[in-house]
Amino acid sequence: MARQDPKKDVVIVGLGWTGSILGMELSKEGVEILALERGEDRKTVPDFAYPNMIDELKYGIRYGTMQKPKNSTVTIRRTLDETALPYRHLGSFLPGDGVGGAGVHWNGHTWRPMENEFRLRSYVEENWGAEIIPEDMQIQDWGVTYEELEPHFDRFEWMAGISGQAGNVNGEMIEGGNPFEAPRSRGYPLPPLQQTADAEMFAEAARAMGLHPFPRPGANASEAYRNEYGMQLGPCNFCGFCERYGCINYSKGSPQTCVLDALKRKPNFQYKTNSEVLRVTLADDGKTATGVIYWDEEAGEEVFQPADIVILGAYSLHNVHLMLLSGIGQPYDPATGEGVTGRNYAYQMNGGTSMFFKDVDFNPFIGSGTVGMSIDDYAINQIDFGAEGFIGGSYITAGRANGQPIRGIALPSGTPGWGAEWKQGIGEWYGHSMSIGSHGSNMSYRDVYLDLDPTYTDKHGRPMMRMTFNWKDNDIRMTQFMKSKIEPVAESMNPDLMQSSYKGDGAMYDVRPYQTTHNVGGAPMGADPSTSAINRYLQSWDVHNVFVMGASAFPQNIQYNPTGAVGALAYWAAEAIRKDYMPNPRPLV
Amino acid sequence: MSSDVPSTRDFRPTRRGFLQGGAAGAALTGLAARARAQDAAEPVPLDQYEPQFFTAAEYAFVLAATARLIPSEGDGPGAIETRVPVYIDLQLGGDFGQAADWYMEGPFQPDADPLLGYQSPLTPAEVYRQAIPVVEEFCQNRMGAGFADLSPEDQDSVIKALEQNKDPLSGSDSGAEDTEVVESGAGGGASGGSAEPATSQPILSAELRDFFSLLLQNTKEGFFADPMYGGNYQMQGWTYIGFTGARASFKEWVDKHDVPYPLGPVSISGERA
Ligand SMILES: Cc1cc2nc3c(=O)[nH]c(=O)nc-3n(C[C@H](O)[C@H](O)[C@H](O)COP(=O)(O)OP(=O)(O)OC[C@H]3O[C@@H](n4cnc5c(N)ncnc54)[C@H](O)[C@@H]3O)c2cc1C
Ligand code: SF4
Repeated sequence: MARQDPKKDVVIVGLGWTGSILGMELSKEGVEILALERGEDRKTVPDFAYPNMIDELKYGIRYGTMQKPKNSTVTIRRTLDETALPYRHLGSFLPGDGVGGAGVHWNGHTWRPMENEFRLRSYVEENWGAEIIPEDMQIQDWGVTYEELEPHFDRFEWMAGISGQAGNVNGEMIEGGNPFEAPRSRGYPLPPLQQTADAEMFAEAARAMGLHPFPRPGANASEAYRNEYGMQLGPCNFCGFCERYGCINYSKGSPQTCVLDALKRKPNFQYKTNSEVLRVTLADDGKTATGVIYWDEEAGEEVFQPADIVILGAYSLHNVHLMLLSGIGQPYDPATGEGVTGRNYAYQMNGGTSMFFKDVDFNPFIGSGTVGMSIDDYAINQIDFGAEGFIGGSYITAGRANGQPIRGIALPSGTPGWGAEWKQGIGEWYGHSMSIGSHGSNMSYRDVYLDLDPTYTDKHGRPMMRMTFNWKDNDIRMTQFMKSKIEPVAESMNPDLMQSSYKGDGAMYDVRPYQTTHNVGGAPMGADPSTSAINRYLQSWDVHNVFVMGASAFPQNIQYNPTGAVGALAYWAAEAIRKDYMPNPRPLV
Repeated sequence: MSSDVPSTRDFRPTRRGFLQGGAAGAALTGLAARARAQDAAEPVPLDQYEPQFFTAAEYAFVLAATARLIPSEGDGPGAIETRVPVYIDLQLGGDFGQAADWYMEGPFQPDADPLLGYQSPLTPAEVYRQAIPVVEEFCQNRMGAGFADLSPEDQDSVIKALEQNKDPLSGSDSGAEDTEVVESGAGGGASGGSAEPATSQPILSAELRDFFSLLLQNTKEGFFADPMYGGNYQMQGWTYIGFTGARASFKEWVDKHDVPYPLGPVSISGERA
C-alpha cells in the first residue's frame, strides 16, 4: 500500500533543465513545490571536480552521469512488422539521470529555430502546395509563433549565459552574425568564444565561396557572467571534456551553474532524489490529475504525492512514457493515424565530411562543447523545397569539441581498425584532421512513433516504451543535398585527403553509434486536439492540470539542437501557468 | 561504473603479484610501497601477473591477441608495453564485466540484426569466458596449435576470421570466397541471419558474436584510459599520439593555431610523462 504524503501545490517530475526552470519561476508565486528526481543529487563540487571528472573511460565511454539501461530504457524497432528489442546498453542517444539531467553533460549548442519551422506545414502549403508533402509525412504547425516565443528565448539565453554573435537585432543586420536568423530583441549576453583552427579554416573557405559564417552560439561562457538569479559563471578554459561530462569550471550553462543554488534557497521549494515517478494519478473523471505515485528508493516503498499541478520535466522520452502509463491523451495508433500520445516522434539527420591535413597541427584536445563557426546558407528558410525535392534543412558547422582518443580518432578510409597499420595511422593522423558537419531536420511520419512495448518491462514491472523509428527518403535527400554543398567547401581547403559520411538510400537506423540525444516529439503541441497531445501552453488537452515540458512537444524536429527551444517553451509555459492558470485553473485553450 | 576502482597505485600489478590475496588495495598501499621501494616501482612483468578474472589459459590468449591488435613493432608502444591485458582483466572482474549497467532481462534474440544493438544474454565477462575456448579450438582444428603458439601471420588471419565471424575454410564453394568475406552484415539494410552466405560457417554462435568487437574496444580502452585502470602504462598511449590526458585547461593556447602544444600528458593522479 502506498504511503501518502501531505499535499503540495505543484509537483515537478525530474530536476533537469526544464524542471529547474519551472521550479524557479513557479516558486515566485509562493506556492509549495516539490520536485521528484529519480537519480542522485549532483553538485559541481564534489561531483564534477577536477581531476576526477577528466576521466574518459568513466564518463565518456561508460556513461558515468547518464541513465543506466538496467534502470530505464526503451525498446526499438525500425518498422511496424519488426519485433522491438531492448536498447540494452547506451549508444545512439544518452538520456541524463540525476539532478541537472542531460543539462549536466550536454555540449551547450543553443539555437533558436527559424520562424517558419514553427509553422512548417503552413509554410510548405503556402509556398509549394500540400502536394509536395509525401503521403506518410505528418508535419504540423506548433500552435505558437516565433514572435510569441521571442522574449522567452531571450530569457533562456540570458539565464544560461550564452556566448554568441547576433546577426539580426530587431531587423537591423549585424556584420559577423547569422544573417538568416529570425530577429531577436537584443544580442547574446556574452561575446563569442575564441575560435579553434579548424573553425577558422572552415569560415575562411566558406566566406571565399560567398557564404556567411558566424560563431555558433553556445552555453560555454566566454567571460565571467552573472545571471538574473544571481548565479555566476567563469570563463570556459577549453578543457576538451565538455559533452558527456559535468563542467569542472562553472563555465557550462547547466541547471547546476545557472539555477539550482538559487532555487534551493527558496523556502517554498523542496526536492527529493532517488524518487522515480511511476505514474500520474487521475481523478475518476480523468479530467484532472490528483498527484503522482513515486518509488521512494530510500524508504523502499511507493508514495502517493497529491498535488494540484503536475509538471512533467522528465526528458522527452520519459514524459511520453509517463503519459502512456498514466492514460493521459489517447495513445497514437499508426494504423488509423488517430490518437496523440506517442505521435510524431522524430530524431536528427546529421552527416559530415572529414579532412586530413598532414602539415596542420590542430591540437585537438583544446576544445569546448560549442566552439566553432557555422553557416545557415542551407537552412530551412533558404531552400526551395519544391525544386530540391525534400522538406528540411541543416546548419553546417566546424569546431573542435574534444580530442579524446578512446571515443575515436579519424583515420583515412581504408585504414584497418587494428594491427600495425592502425597503430601507424593513429600516430600519423591524430591531431591532423578536422571535419565539417551538417546538423539537420527530421520530419515526422505516420509510422514513426512511441507506444508501450507488448513484451518487455522495466524494474518496476511497468511496460517499457517502444520506439518505432527509421530514416526516410525525404530526410536522406536532405542530407545528400548537404553533402553536395559541403564537399566543395572542403575541397577548396585543399586537404591531403577527405572522406564523407552521410546517410544514403535505404539507410536503416543503427542504434549502436552515438548520434544525438535529440529525441523529440511523442507529445506534440498544436492547435488541434486531434493531432496534438498538448496545447500551445504545453497543457494536456485532456488533463488540464498536467503540463508537459521538453522536446516531446516538437511536432517534427527542427534543424537545430533542441534545448534553445526547450528552454524558451519552458519559460513560455511557466508564464502561462503563473499568470493565467494558477489564478483560474482550467483548460487554457 | 568502476567506482570500486581504488587509486592508481593499488592496481600496479607489482603489488597485486606481491600481495596475491586480493584484499582491498587501498589499505595496503603503504606497506606495498615500502616493500617495493628498491625496485623503483617497476610493475610485475605481464607474464608473472596474476589475473583477477582470467584463467591462465584465457590470460595467455588475451596476451597474444592484444599483442596483434596493437602490436609492439613500429613506432609507439603496443598493447603489451601499455599493459592492456591487465586493464582488460580488471574491467572484466568489475562492473563492466558484469554488465552492471545494462538491461539484461529476456526474452533475448541474439541473432537479431546487429543494427539493433547488443542482444546476447551473456555479460561481457561471460562472452570472453565462452568465446576464448571456441577460438582456441578453431585454432587447434585449423592450424594445429593454440592461438598463442601460432605465428604472428597466422594469428592475424585468425583475428580477421573472428572480425568477420566466418570460418574461411568451412563450406566447399571455394569459387565464391572472394566476394563473401567483404561485409560482416553490419552494413546495409539486410536483416541479420537471412543474408548469410550458405558457404561459410560462423566461428562464434550468435550469443558470442560480439566477442571480437568487445576485445578490440577493450584493447583500445586499455591503451588510452587513465593509467589508474591498469593500462596505458606510464601514459605511453597518450604520449605516442600527443594527447594531453587530464590537463584540461587550455585557454591560453586556443588562439595559437597550428602551434604544437608544448606540454606532455598528466594523469588523474598527477603523474607526468
Ligand atoms: C551528450 C548530450 C549532448 C547534448 N548536447 C546538446 C546541445 O549541444 N544542444 C542542445 O540543444 N541539446 C543538447 N542535448 C540535449 C539536452 O541535454 C536536452 O535537450 C535537455 O537537457 C532537456 O531538458 P529536459 O529538462 O527535458 O530533460 P533533462 O535535462 O534530461 O532532465 C530530465 C530529468 O528528469 C529525470 N527523470 C526522468 N524520468 C523520471 C521519473 N520518472 N521520475 C523522476 N525523475 C525522472 C531525469 O533523471 C533527469 O534528471 C544533449 C544531450 C546529451 C545527452
Ligand atoms: S569546455 Fe568549457 S564549458 Fe565545457 S566543460 Fe570544459 S570548461 Fe566547462
